[in-house]
Amino acid sequence: MDRIRIENVTKYYGENLVLDAVNLSVREHEVVCLIGASGSGKSTLLRCVNKLVPFDHGTIYLDGVSIAADHFKNNNELHKRVGIVFQAYNLFPHINVLDNVTLAPRKVHGVTRAEAERRAHELLNMFGLEGYARSYPERLSGGQQQRVAIVRALATQPDVLMLDEVTAALDPELIGGVLKIIKDLKDKGMTMIIVTHEMGFARDVADRVCFLEGGRILEEAPPDKLFAKPENPRTQQFLQRIIEAGRL
Amino acid sequence: MSSERSAPALPARQTLTFRERYVPFLISFVSVAIVFGGLWRVITSAEHWPRIKLQFFNLEAIVAAFPNVLRGFGINMTVWAIALVAISIWALVLAVFRSLHGPWLAPIRLFSIIYIDLLRGLPSLLLVLLFGFGVPALQIPGLPRSSLFWGGVAMVLGYSAYAAEVYRSGMEAVHDGQRAAAKALGLSQWQTLRHAIVPQAVRNVLPALLNLAVALQKDVALLSVIGVRDAVREAQIYTARTFNYSSLIAAALLFLAATIPMARFTDYVARKDQERRLQRTV
Repeated sequence: MDRIRIENVTKYYGENLVLDAVNLSVREHEVVCLIGASGSGKSTLLRCVNKLVPFDHGTIYLDGVSIAADHFKNNNELHKRVGIVFQAYNLFPHINVLDNVTLAPRKVHGVTRAEAERRAHELLNMFGLEGYARSYPERLSGGQQQRVAIVRALATQPDVLMLDEVTAALDPELIGGVLKIIKDLKDKGMTMIIVTHEMGFARDVADRVCFLEGGRILEEAPPDKLFAKPENPRTQQFLQRIIEAGRL
Repeated sequence: MSSERSAPALPARQTLTFRERYVPFLISFVSVAIVFGGLWRVITSAEHWPRIKLQFFNLEAIVAAFPNVLRGFGINMTVWAIALVAISIWALVLAVFRSLHGPWLAPIRLFSIIYIDLLRGLPSLLLVLLFGFGVPALQIPGLPRSSLFWGGVAMVLGYSAYAAEVYRSGMEAVHDGQRAAAKALGLSQWQTLRHAIVPQAVRNVLPALLNLAVALQKDVALLSVIGVRDAVREAQIYTARTFNYSSLIAAALLFLAATIPMARFTDYVARKDQERRLQRTV
């Protein structure tokens, strides 16, 4: 059963075609990595899935139901089941870590404060953030902030987690901790769509890797195959540049 | 390894000699004394100085007028405090109205835009006259007839237009990622404003709002033109009786006693705000 099925999704920003009839399916417990140069449409694709941006043509299904259907009319259901983590963390700076994590469960999903906080503490402990519940985001390191952002996305117990270049803004020594968490999530069976520039990580964690360029998925294969024997010449070029830059 | 040994030796602090430490201070002191002392001499030796002193700086007149002026000043500050609260709420409502999106909310948005354009474009004095004299003259049953009340309303309506624009700039300064995060968490438009945008906006614009508060502190004196017996009005009454203007100086001193600390406090808040921003970017 496909958790997420993206069919022929096309999107324009004004005159610019950013997604060109994209098709992609993600099964339960599967981890799919999207790679490609900046501007290839990876992040936009993620934002289409949870309706952060509208798209022009095509359909996206969550467990077989179109996200444009009445079922997802008020969006809460969709946002509860599909979480997203951003490159710049986007934590709310004026409230502490605990409130960041419990805001959506309490205000959107009607969980009591006591219950939401109990779950939040559980998650924070799981991700090595015990003791930071009352801290404000700006007091934390980038890596800690990103881990809080992941916890915040997990607090609504989503079925699918989307990660949008979550390590791109981090200092090199902080990346490892965040990547380890994502691997732990994979081991727990979390379904994930990951946009990343960390090729080594993609090779490690992905069940499937998609190479995007010009708003299209040019190649889609298991990581061993895509990184070792890419078929599409554009994929080869892209990986060649990555290797030259010493990033693989 | 002791921490003492591992810490690099600090370079010896330069000790200032007596001359290096006190001479600049002495120079400042002497030059200030010369300039201000000179000015003082020039002013007090002027031909008309005794008359000026008698008219404006007559201690006896100041003391005599002071009780009434002080009572009036109490009215000024009461109006100021109440108006300040009303303005900060009403302006926030206007700013939120203006930021709403969605076709059904167009009338609300338009109302806010027109309101701000109109009220920001009118002199405060005109508003005070219009409301303070105009509304009581209508003699509509059920409405307060006090010109003090309607003058206060005029101040609130006018200043809210400015404050709404200040709030709006603060809301627009909140990073787009905050809206995206709120939306991704499932927060509604209203919840996004309530929990994510507005609290950050208010923090962003606090120094600017305090500046408006200082301006309002002086502008409440406009109520004197509609017969409210505030500090300025009381001072004028004394002047009219005695032909001595020292009562106005008394009122001036009272206003300064309120506005200067308020302005210093505003500077302090602005500096804290600046530090907070710098800290975040580091």
